[in-house]
Amino acid sequence: MSGDAAREARADAAAPSPYLAHHFPSMAAQLETSKLGLWLFLGSEVLFFSGLFTAYGVFRANHWALFHYAHHFLDWRMGALNTVVLVSSSLTAAWSVRSAQLGDRRGLLRNLALTLVLASVFLVVKYFEYSHKLHNGVGWGAACHPSAEILASLPDAARALPVPRDLGVFFSVYYVMTGLHGIHVLVGMGLYLWLLTRASRGHFGAGYYVPVDAVALYWHLVDLIWIFLFPLLYLIG
Amino acid sequence: MRPTVNQPSKHGAGEPAAPHVMSPRALLGTAGALLALTAFTVASSRVNLGEWNVVVALAVACTKATLVALFFMHLRYESRVQAVVVGSAVLFAVLFVAFVVFDTTQYQPDIREAAERIPAKAP
Repeated sequence: MSGDAAREARADAAAPSPYLAHHFPSMAAQLETSKLGLWLFLGSEVLFFSGLFTAYGVFRANHWALFHYAHHFLDWRMGALNTVVLVSSSLTAAWSVRSAQLGDRRGLLRNLALTLVLASVFLVVKYFEYSHKLHNGVGWGAACHPSAEILASLPDAARALPVPRDLGVFFSVYYVMTGLHGIHVLVGMGLYLWLLTRASRGHFGAGYYVPVDAVALYWHLVDLIWIFLFPLLYLIG
Repeated sequence: MRPTVNQPSKHGAGEPAAPHVMSPRALLGTAGALLALTAFTVASSRVNLGEWNVVVALAVACTKATLVALFFMHLRYESRVQAVVVGSAVLFAVLFVAFVVFDTTQYQPDIREAAERIPAKAP
């Protein structure tokens, strides 16, 4: 049977969805297949970030005192604030899936917008952290020469110690891990903007919400990675 | 013959006819638990437990990750195929990180010993 004939056969059936791709026998099969594909992608993301966590583990094992010293440069209050922001955005993302499943269009729009706003709050906080460090000479690798001002702001225990020669090692790890995570947040914001435009045109409802679900799953993974980055970088160093 | 458009699909093990909708209570409860665990991990990091600080921080992070996966990502209500995919990815990520870190810590005493044998040079 040709593709056109198959489409016509489906058009005769009761209430075919315009969002059913022609290679799927049913909406349920389409949803399950998309989900499996997305979980495969999330699995590859886990493995992708595991390389960075391995680098963190090796550097920390080799430079334990350095990592402990360097983590005083990070403000745990900023990190905790961003953790609260990301957990809240995960809540609104999960709620957007619920709204879509129930066909609640206003709830869907509200939750998508809230997720987008919280994602931008996360990046604004990150921007303040990055710019504070970079203005005070705390760069990565060999470009790490902390200013007298930032050294004076360290806790007493750290201020008494000489500045380690390899301080940039920690900040290379810090900038690459949080930077790559930040790029994921940026991509997520683009995806939520796209979902908002589609939701405002009434594309999603109880019968079709694959993109809402898929983007929410991706967003939860971004939250998951931060759940590990926050204690490893800000709290224990 | 009627095409099987609106019938529950036979694809996937134990696939429900209707998708599982998370209740507001489950969603708010998960978020509340995540925030409480965040407060706990911050508080525990301010107490000096030596090397145990890492263990506590990682244990709390793993608990939070499990909560996010089971409820926010509704893995608990999905077919087993999804759990196998993500479970194998996590398994290999853990093996990767753990084996490399074990290997690195394994020869640290040798490196320290060798470093002590090298006479210190005047700057």
